[in-house]
Amino acid sequence: MDDILLLEEVERYLRGEMTKEERTLFETRRKNEAELDQLVVEHTYFLLGLQTYGSIKTFKHSLTEVESKLISEGLIGLSPFNGKAKIVYLWKKYKRNIAVAASIAAFISILASGLMVTVSRKFGNENYRVLVDQINKTNREVNKLKSNRAIEKSAITKPEVDFRATGFLIDRKGYLITNAHVISRMKNIYIENRKGEFFKAEALYSDKEVDLAILKITDTAFKPVSSLPYSIKKENSELGEQFFTLGFPRNEIVYGEGYLSAESGSDGDSSAYQLNVSANPGNSGGPVINGNGEIIGIITAKDSKADGVVYAAKSKNIITLLERLKKSDNQFQVLKTPNKTELKKLDRVHQVKKMEEYVFMVVGN
Amino acid sequence: MVICALIRESKKGNPCLQKKLFLLDLGYYFRHLRINNRSVDILEQEQILLKGLALSDKNSIELIYRDNFSSIQSFVLNNNGSVDDARDIFQEAMIVLYENAGKDSFKLNCQIKTYIYSVCRRLWLKRLQHLGKFNTKLENIEDIIPVESEVEDHEKRNEDFNLMEDAMSKIGEPCKSLLNAYYLQKKNMQELALEFGYTNADNAKTQKYKCLLRLKKIFFAQYKNS
Repeated sequence: MDDILLLEEVERYLRGEMTKEERTLFETRRKNEAELDQLVVEHTYFLLGLQTYGSIKTFKHSLTEVESKLISEGLIGLSPFNGKAKIVYLWKKYKRNIAVAASIAAFISILASGLMVTVSRKFGNENYRVLVDQINKTNREVNKLKSNRAIEKSAITKPEVDFRATGFLIDRKGYLITNAHVISRMKNIYIENRKGEFFKAEALYSDKEVDLAILKITDTAFKPVSSLPYSIKKENSELGEQFFTLGFPRNEIVYGEGYLSAESGSDGDSSAYQLNVSANPGNSGGPVINGNGEIIGIITAKDSKADGVVYAAKSKNIITLLERLKKSDNQFQVLKTPNKTELKKLDRVHQVKKMEEYVFMVVGN
Repeated sequence: MVICALIRESKKGNPCLQKKLFLLDLGYYFRHLRINNRSVDILEQEQILLKGLALSDKNSIELIYRDNFSSIQSFVLNNNGSVDDARDIFQEAMIVLYENAGKDSFKLNCQIKTYIYSVCRRLWLKRLQHLGKFNTKLENIEDIIPVESEVEDHEKRNEDFNLMEDAMSKIGEPCKSLLNAYYLQKKNMQELALEFGYTNADNAKTQKYKCLLRLKKIFFAQYKNS
């Protein structure tokens, strides 16, 4: 407590808030007490440091904002003066990762939609619920009104959507992975980014057995990203491994974290994990990412009766599926699955920040 | 900027507030500048840019980026670096310029372009040398304009910055937000009490000092180690 009172006095002194008498008294004390004098000097230095810290932090923030604006304009990363051919050459030459080409989008808040859960049965477990969000009509209309006003420059006008789930990039050129059940009832598939822009996408492949589907953004308005900062884990993950998830149980990206609670899924399904994490309709197709920035799974379903029992397809399935497809089908040979993670040393906030650029809403009607 | 901190409730009016007003004027000025690009002489333009930069004004930052980034990128790419390296180096040079632009004593005797180029060049060669990719002694490098001492000052400040950031991350919540709101966002005790749910301003104040003591302890402990 004495420390606090003393500190308060020092701050009042430094800020010039003392009365004349107080000030004279304080200065006399300062002359006589070496400790107090030292505290004043030390605190002045410290406050200065704190202040500089604050102002540089603000400045860095502005820098980053300007940078992402310029990246999205193509001024950074793709220099307009050097011409395209040269840039390609430089990319080949240096083979480094070029900056994320997505800008931070202004967030458009849309009403949380009414949740109606699509129920499907898998492996005879009647509590098994896939996590696609079905959007009811009233909300859809409200959304439409709101978004018409908010999004003027969308790639295509906002389509009417009945379902919403999550998907993420597995190749920088606009290939996404999601669950097979997500798209099974969609006639038209769209990908929505965080700016509220929609891109037409089509399903290249869908496998109900492992519940995985590969989508390609066919829209020409979509610009390939420069590289993906995460990798897909080939090995199985261990019991107790911590992870985080990103998904769209709302019209806004939602973060969740949890741990791997069993090495098999519903009814002993060895192609899935059981996770302890909160997940809701809309989370289907979302990535499960461990601390190293490796995708270890993809959220598929949850137990409707038990709390926090969520199932995820193992990442190994993605790898096997892609390898199989590459052998059998030419169109998949261009796919380069990400195998390098840049998230390893980052703290969680920054991991999420980097990651969320590549996680999209998969919507459709 | 530093002055604002220590006299946040001083008698002679708050200099931070005056600066804010100035910033608004600047926004107007820039629109004007862009339209009649030729009408304002370059030195005057640069002085305005520097003032804007000192206030973290985004328009100024953007203009400096637009004018300079591509030449720095070419320099870094031609010298064993990547686009990411170029971004890093450029950001750091911007911080060096920012730190100096805020000083009354700072006078730029050359164009911003030359200054940034010199700083980036030194920073990059230093980094290359650190990585063992560049063997000439730094003392033998001649800057286009002398920036050696400024870069060194910056590196010292950068260490302090990292120490403070580290200490901030270690004190946890609500301390971090509390100190941030008071010392950096300059909110007063009533606002803090309301925002953080303390029963009154005095409670908030005691909490704030407790947090500050912890921050200082962690900061100086690391400071002595480094």
